[in-house]
Amino acid sequence: MAALPALTARLLDALGPDAVVTDEAARRTYECDGLTHYRVTPGVVVLPTDAAGVQTTVRLCREYGVPFVARGSGTGLSGGALPVADGVLIVTSRMRRILEVDLANGRAVVEPGVANLAISQAVAGAGYFYAPDPSSQLVCSIGGNVAENSGGAHCVKYGFTVHHVTGLELCTPDGDLVWLGGGMAAEAPGYDLVGVVVGSEGTLGIATKVAVRLLRSPQAVTTLLAAFATVAEAGAATSAIIAAGLVPAAAEIMDALAIAAAEKAVNCRYPPGAGAVLIVECDGPAAEVAAEVAEVTRLCREAGAFEVRVAADPAERAEIWRGRKSAFAAVGRISPNYIVQDGVIPRTALAEVLAAIEALTAEARRRTGHDVRVANVFHAGDGNLHPLVLYDAAVPGFYEAAEEVSGAILDLCVAHGGSITGEHGVGVDKAAKLPRMFSADDLDTMHLVRCAFDPDGRANPGKVFPTPRLCGEVPRPRSADDEAARAAERLGIEAW
Amino acid sequence: MVSDEVRDALAAACGGAGQVRAAGPADAVAGVAPRWVVAPGTAEQVAAVLSVAAERGLAVVVRGAGTKLDWGAPPERVDLVLDTRRLAGVREHAPGDLVVTVGAGTPLADLRAVLARAGQRLALDPASEADGATVGGVLAAGEAGPLRLRFGAGRDLLIGVEFVRADGVAARSGGRVVKNVAGYDVGRLLCGSYGTLAVITAATFRLHPLPAARRYVCRAVGTPGEAGEVAAAVLASPVAPAAVEVDVPADQVGPGAPVQVAVLVEGTPAGVDARAGELARLLGPDASIVDSTPEWWGRYPFGAGDVALKVAAPLTGWPAALEALRSVVAGGGDTSAGPAVSARGSAGTGVVYAALPGDTPPATVAAALDAARDALAATGGSCVVLAAPASMGDVLDRWGAVPGLDLMRRVKERFDPGRVLSPGRFVGGI
Repeated sequence: MAALPALTARLLDALGPDAVVTDEAARRTYECDGLTHYRVTPGVVVLPTDAAGVQTTVRLCREYGVPFVARGSGTGLSGGALPVADGVLIVTSRMRRILEVDLANGRAVVEPGVANLAISQAVAGAGYFYAPDPSSQLVCSIGGNVAENSGGAHCVKYGFTVHHVTGLELCTPDGDLVWLGGGMAAEAPGYDLVGVVVGSEGTLGIATKVAVRLLRSPQAVTTLLAAFATVAEAGAATSAIIAAGLVPAAAEIMDALAIAAAEKAVNCRYPPGAGAVLIVECDGPAAEVAAEVAEVTRLCREAGAFEVRVAADPAERAEIWRGRKSAFAAVGRISPNYIVQDGVIPRTALAEVLAAIEALTAEARRRTGHDVRVANVFHAGDGNLHPLVLYDAAVPGFYEAAEEVSGAILDLCVAHGGSITGEHGVGVDKAAKLPRMFSADDLDTMHLVRCAFDPDGRANPGKVFPTPRLCGEVPRPRSADDEAARAAERLGIEAW
Repeated sequence: MVSDEVRDALAAACGGAGQVRAAGPADAVAGVAPRWVVAPGTAEQVAAVLSVAAERGLAVVVRGAGTKLDWGAPPERVDLVLDTRRLAGVREHAPGDLVVTVGAGTPLADLRAVLARAGQRLALDPASEADGATVGGVLAAGEAGPLRLRFGAGRDLLIGVEFVRADGVAARSGGRVVKNVAGYDVGRLLCGSYGTLAVITAATFRLHPLPAARRYVCRAVGTPGEAGEVAAAVLASPVAPAAVEVDVPADQVGPGAPVQVAVLVEGTPAGVDARAGELARLLGPDASIVDSTPEWWGRYPFGAGDVALKVAAPLTGWPAALEALRSVVAGGGDTSAGPAVSARGSAGTGVVYAALPGDTPPATVAAALDAARDALAATGGSCVVLAAPASMGDVLDRWGAVPGLDLMRRVKERFDPGRVLSPGRFVGGI
């Protein structure tokens, strides 16, 4: 496309050489996000320092008919920040200012490049925190959290990003900076556009400022770890806890393989012989937490726990969490490569689905001869599974076998009335799988929203929606063939 | 006759002539008379009705129990009132998953009764529930009650939605699991959309366990500003209240009727006792701990014929907006005579409802709105007119400034280019 060199020259003029990356080797460092098997070198990379810089870039993209992709810290796990070869990658990592902290109103306003944890760190001293806590929270950006509607271990009680964003400034695909939502107030008149922008994976524009809720830190936090012989017992304990009317702040299960990996990586010293561990965290007023922990302990023992450890202090609490938090990376110690899957099932289907995963894996081993194994880590409180499918990329055919198991797990989730993604997003990775959950009419309806915000399809093209789609031009009809040709040209995605 | 042809088409769409009738005076929508009332019994029938309407350019207003039919601007035109009450019933309640799917026409109170049998609840407690409000109506009007502080509004509890678009196409978004980020959340878009984008036919909610115990800690104060300070102190404490509500009677300047603040704590029996005690100490010697719900709790301050307002402000901002309303309505001076402002709502979230007598001069209402919006300008926040007597409809700017209005218009244009659904009722004439 001839537009890109001309656009690049204009970007250099407008933003300066420090903010525009044109060197190929430097651009290639942005070729993927946390999902590394999709790689595309972006046509040009822009690193704006403020909303005006984003706006300038998006307006120029509009002028030249060039697509753009937003990227925060690049920790996404669905390829949502996968660049477009003849497009612009807008990286928000230099937009790291916390613009306002208003404890009296329980709000902070931050730029999109601010790291998730940085918000809680900024207000912890005053006794407040920002609730969503994806496991990458040390580095992942709020802008990325907004795009993906990120969750975390504690969303069973506190909800997701969408529950904690009360307003945002959006740079629309037209290049307008528009404030949406109540911000300091709980709501604003009109449609809840914040609610639809959060989780839209960068396809409706780029958040340039984000207003988030700050919550009062709980008076007490207690973490306990219960060891079981089997995952089914740990699942039954979780169900019993929920059935008893308790709402723990977190409920996480790891199976034997995930425990083995964590032991190897961080020596977390979970009870020997455990086929599964259940980590439960209770938080809130001290009087409630004490009662909840006693009840959870009792229910775990009733469900067959052979050991229950209640953390006595923050150090012991961190010790319990260390194994869980290291789990994804730890799997690298027991397998050269692995696929991180993200699916959701109704909590009550846990035992059934885990048995089915085991059967799937056994069948794949028998059929392919590859030793496909699955380590299970999940947010048991809300049925969000993170199966880690282990493989060795050096062995021909092994990845394909693992990928098949990984995909079949999503089919299981859908078959049980669940979802193909609980927190990682659809991105490029699962776009083709979205029709397993939604009819053509459902997807058409979502696309109406897309067309309202981005009729030309310039914002993060090729993500979320399974096939390139065009917007029926409501105001001014154009040649559909023309549009189709341009869109097809634009979507140069290569999968490794 | 054309109207016979339309009526026949609607009857066919609804599965029988018995589900279509000529509209009467009681069916008027904010003073605008419709021609027919149709009552489809399934999502397919809703789709068929909307197809009939779309083909013929008939304007449709959706009605559940009709508890908020006077909310929003009067529609530009209404041909059909689409009554959703046959879309009723709990389709699936999965207690172990804390999830329920329910028809949009189900009264919220009926749903509550079903869920209570399993020791669960939908943590959505709008004032209109007592009058029979339906699930669909509560969602579409964006209503929430005191529990909003702890659990959010309807949009925060809705995890899946089924709807029919203006072109008669049935679709859904979300699903049946609490955690799900697949695709756009169209459900959120429909919440608070006043029926201008689609007709909600069914909703799936996340549920919560009923608390084992609850206590209210109440305290009377002199002014809204003091109530705001009490609420702030409660929220800064670690007691984690489920709701913080305020009641400002119209004649609250008199010595006998001060402003009430009530705080709800929910949890285990031992836990709520400890927390209520902590709160009582925090709120001072005048505070009282009670087991029963204060009689004003969770009720709107307005009734039929009043000017009904909703203030959504920062926690520190709603008292000033309320004072601005009161000051203008009382003429700035003598507050013992003439019309007065009463208010109730969530001091803990800054969403507070206010009522002005329906006979307040329209110019005074307009001036009061301006004053409230000016007071909110510094902190952010909105003051909207939910309902007003027909006589003052044209004088009032119902919505005030609407951030993102242009994008909202574009959304409406995509969803309902023919402006079939509730034309003119919503922001910016949408």
